[in-house]
Parts: sequence; structure tokens; C-alpha cells
Amino acid sequence: MEKRICTIERNSPVAPGCLRMSLTAEESLLHRCGQFVEVAVPGQYLRRPVSVSLSEEGRLTLLYKVVGKGTAALAALKPGDKLDLLTGLGNGFDSGACRGKALLAGGGIGVAPLLQLCRDLRAAGREVSAILGFNTAAEILLREELEALGARVTVATMDGSAGIRGLVTDALQEAGGDYDQAYVCGPMPMMRDLYPLLPDASEFSLEERMGCGTGLCFGCTVQTTEGPRRICHDGPVFKKTQLPW
Amino acid sequence: MVKDISVTLAGICLKNPVIPASGTFGLGYEMAEVFALDRLGAIALKGTTLEPRFGNPTPRIAECTGGMLNAVGLQNPGIDALVGDVAPKLRSLCSTPLIANISGFSVDEFGICCEKADACAAIDIVEVNVSCPNVHKGGMAFGTDPAAAAEVTRRARKATRKPLFIKLSPNVTDITAIARACEDEGADGLTLINTLLGMRIDIRRRKPVLANRTGGFSGPAVFPVAIRCVNQVAKACRIPIIGCGGVSSAEDLIEMMMAGATAVQVGSANLRDPLACPAIIDALPAVMEQLGIEKLQDIIGIV
Repeated sequence: MEKRICTIERNSPVAPGCLRMSLTAEESLLHRCGQFVEVAVPGQYLRRPVSVSLSEEGRLTLLYKVVGKGTAALAALKPGDKLDLLTGLGNGFDSGACRGKALLAGGGIGVAPLLQLCRDLRAAGREVSAILGFNTAAEILLREELEALGARVTVATMDGSAGIRGLVTDALQEAGGDYDQAYVCGPMPMMRDLYPLLPDASEFSLEERMGCGTGLCFGCTVQTTEGPRRICHDGPVFKKTQLPW
Repeated sequence: MVKDISVTLAGICLKNPVIPASGTFGLGYEMAEVFALDRLGAIALKGTTLEPRFGNPTPRIAECTGGMLNAVGLQNPGIDALVGDVAPKLRSLCSTPLIANISGFSVDEFGICCEKADACAAIDIVEVNVSCPNVHKGGMAFGTDPAAAAEVTRRARKATRKPLFIKLSPNVTDITAIARACEDEGADGLTLINTLLGMRIDIRRRKPVLANRTGGFSGPAVFPVAIRCVNQVAKACRIPIIGCGGVSSAEDLIEMMMAGATAVQVGSANLRDPLACPAIIDALPAVMEQLGIEKLQDIIGIV
């Protein structure tokens, strides 16, 4: 964990209710993809956990959805404003665990950390396919970015306005599977539906209302096969075999 | 500008009065790589029960103006893990005094846990929590009635010769009656206040925000309540007080000590900024200089 004050370069909508914020950062502020940051939001007491979609030299890119007062205050920030953040939180995905073909499965704003993961997997020479689920075509995130990295992307929408009509699980069954390792991030019902369909080595990035994001408050606990674990500190990424679903 | 920020708490010398409060500092060692734990005056460990506990369902956290609600519900690995693993590991990482925080669902459970804490060389102070608002049966029930608080204190006193502090609830009509009951049964000190019982409702979902419906309210908004309670108890009792509730700055700490606290616990501020405790310690000498204070010990209970 490190505390940083970063300058906002951009903070603009990429889909209805979803924004991409880029921040200046001298070096990469994450140790692994799938780690997150806690941002101090003007007017709110607690920080807010936010997914990092890219962490590179010179820039940190966050992707978030406005769901309440905290994220609304974050959306109101302008380029040039300073943001106080705790970086490098949580364990992140183990991209090195993938020895063959990788499947990325994401739903809604949960697709955010899959971009850096895809970049890391591609840099290691892995073949990547991605299945992304959204409510409707207007809400699609990161499709072009993942395709630009060389991933084979399948989109599913609930209303059928783009790609396959239905859920990520429907798309997975339709697209078929040729992969050795899956990485999942999205709403809990999506992850639970995917759980029985994926190999044991698969990794799931969980979400829960957090207090601190640094392991201090025990606010975001989940039951695992190894006992209660703090999502912010011991996760957010858990292996399929750790989840008693 | 050499300022004396040390204090003596129930016979134990603390290099400064800043103590992360129980339940707001993980198991104690999460921040060991971020700052030297030996900078802290002491560390209050996570509330511990006889058996391991998962705690309450999530969501356990809610935001509110000037603070937060929590309904963690005493998630902890159990007293055997505390005395066998957590406290010894922490002792290997730092030499600052460790405060075991004990909770229970019966007088006997408090007693057994205090005996185990007493036998653990890594633990310096035992803090008995009769004020957790987030568990059903037990918890706060022992801290809202003078006779029940006295009974728990009596049992804990039999169980340990280490300095014994009782952590009190503000959710009472007269906190001094509870405080005096604990003092009369041999408590060496009192920690106050625990959280205030609160609740939030999600007006869109028409449901409580917290899965437990209610939770403990803490943060800067409760600071005046804590100052009032500490001052009332300081006037009513002779034993030392660890002041707790909404402390976020060196100025708050000094105010809490003027109200009557010998040492001060910092709680919610750690959740907002895990470096809050070292920041308060760093700020103390300059604030003391502005206020004409040479020794922190001199201002305890001067108001």
C-alpha cells in the first residue's frame, strides 16, 4: 500500500453512467493487475474502492460507474484537480498462472480490470479470448481496447442489441470453450453462474461494500473454504477452489 | 522544541498516548510494512471471543455525515488464535504494548478469555469490551446495566493481574454509574466511548443499508459525545481513562486529554487514512508548542 496525491488528466464518460479517469503517475502504481485503489472523495468520510483498468509508466487509468453520492462526487472532478489515493491494494490476478489459453469473463463495470490483465497475458504470449456481458449495446465497455490487444472478444447483451442475446454464461456456452485458465470479474450472480462451468484454477475477483480497503476494519468479509477472508486484503481475487459456492 | 509526549497508563509507560482502537487496525500487523509499529503508543487488538466468529452478513459498512456505521459483529479468530498466533507474531514485529480486547456472551466467557490473555506473555493490558452494539445477546447488554458491568469486571479481575480496562458504551442514560461500578470491582482503568447505536435506510430500496439493520456510529461526528463522556467519568472516578471517539488530529487528542484521558484511541480515522496515527504523533510537538504545553501528562483532566 502506498499513499499518493495524483493529478487528474481526464475524467470523462465512456458509456451511460460510466467514466474513465486518467491520473498522472510517475511509475506504475500497481504490483499486479486486478489490484485496486481507494480514492478520497470530496465531501465523503470514507474512501471509495475503484478498479484500475490500466497502470503504466506515467499514467493510471480508472474505470468506474456512478452508483451513489461518492462516485457522483468523483464524476464531478475536473482535469487538473488533485486526487488523494491509496494504491496497490489487494492481491490482484495471477496472470503468470496461465500456461496456455486464457478466457476473460466480465460483466458491466466488472470488465474494468480485465484490460490490464489482457495486456499482461498478451505480453507473455498467451492467447486470450474474452466474453463481456452488458444490459444493452450502449453500455459496452473495453471491446475495442481488448480487440486492439489481440483478444478474441464475444459480447452478450440482455436485450440482444449487440452480440449474443442473453448472459455471459449463454455466450460462453454458445462460443464454446478452448481455454486452460479463466479470469472472472462482474456482478455476483454472473460469477456464481459461471463458477460450475470453469476449471478449478479459475480466478474470481469479488466485490463488497468496503470500509477501509486496507484490511483494517473487517467490513468486506467473505466466507471461503479456508475460513473468513477480507476481500480487500486477502482478495479481491480468489481461486475457484477457495470459494464454497 | 523538545516536547515530552510520553504518558504513564496504569503503571505502563507509553512513548506517546496514540493507540489504534480495537477493530480499526486489523489483526495488528497489516500496517507493519507501511510504518514502524513501534511508533505507536500501544496497539489495541481486534475484539476477541472464546470461539472464532464470522461476524454479521454484509453489507457491514455505511457512510454518514461526519462518520460511518459498522456492523462487523466481532469477526475474530478466537482467543486461542489470539494468544497462540496473533499476539506472539505481533510481539516479534514490535515492542509497543499490546492491549487484548475481550468480548463475550456470558460472564464465564469473559472470564475464560481474560485468563487466557493473562497467561499470554505478549499481552500487556486487558481491555474488556462490554459495549459492542453489533452482536445479539451479550455484547452491549453487559455495559448498559451497572450490576451486569460489575459482575463482568469482578470475573475479569479474578482472571488477570494485568492492567484491566473496561470499555464502556455511550448508549446509556448515566455513564458514570457504569464507570463507578467497574471501578468499585477493581478495574484499573476505563476505555470510552465505544460506538453509538445507529441506523441508515436506503430510500430507493426501502431497506436498511446494513444487513444487521443497526450498527455502531463512529467518526468525527461523535467526538463531542466522547469528550462529554470522558469528562463526566473523569470527574466521577479516580482510575485512568483511555479516551476514544472521533479523534482525527493532534488537536482532538489534546482536547480529549484535557477532558480527562490519559491515553487516546484513534478508530475510524485509521479507516479513512491508515497513516492517521503516525500523522497525529508527528503533529503533536508543533501543536503543543502553539498551546504552550511542555509535557502532555500535565494536561490530563485539567478541564
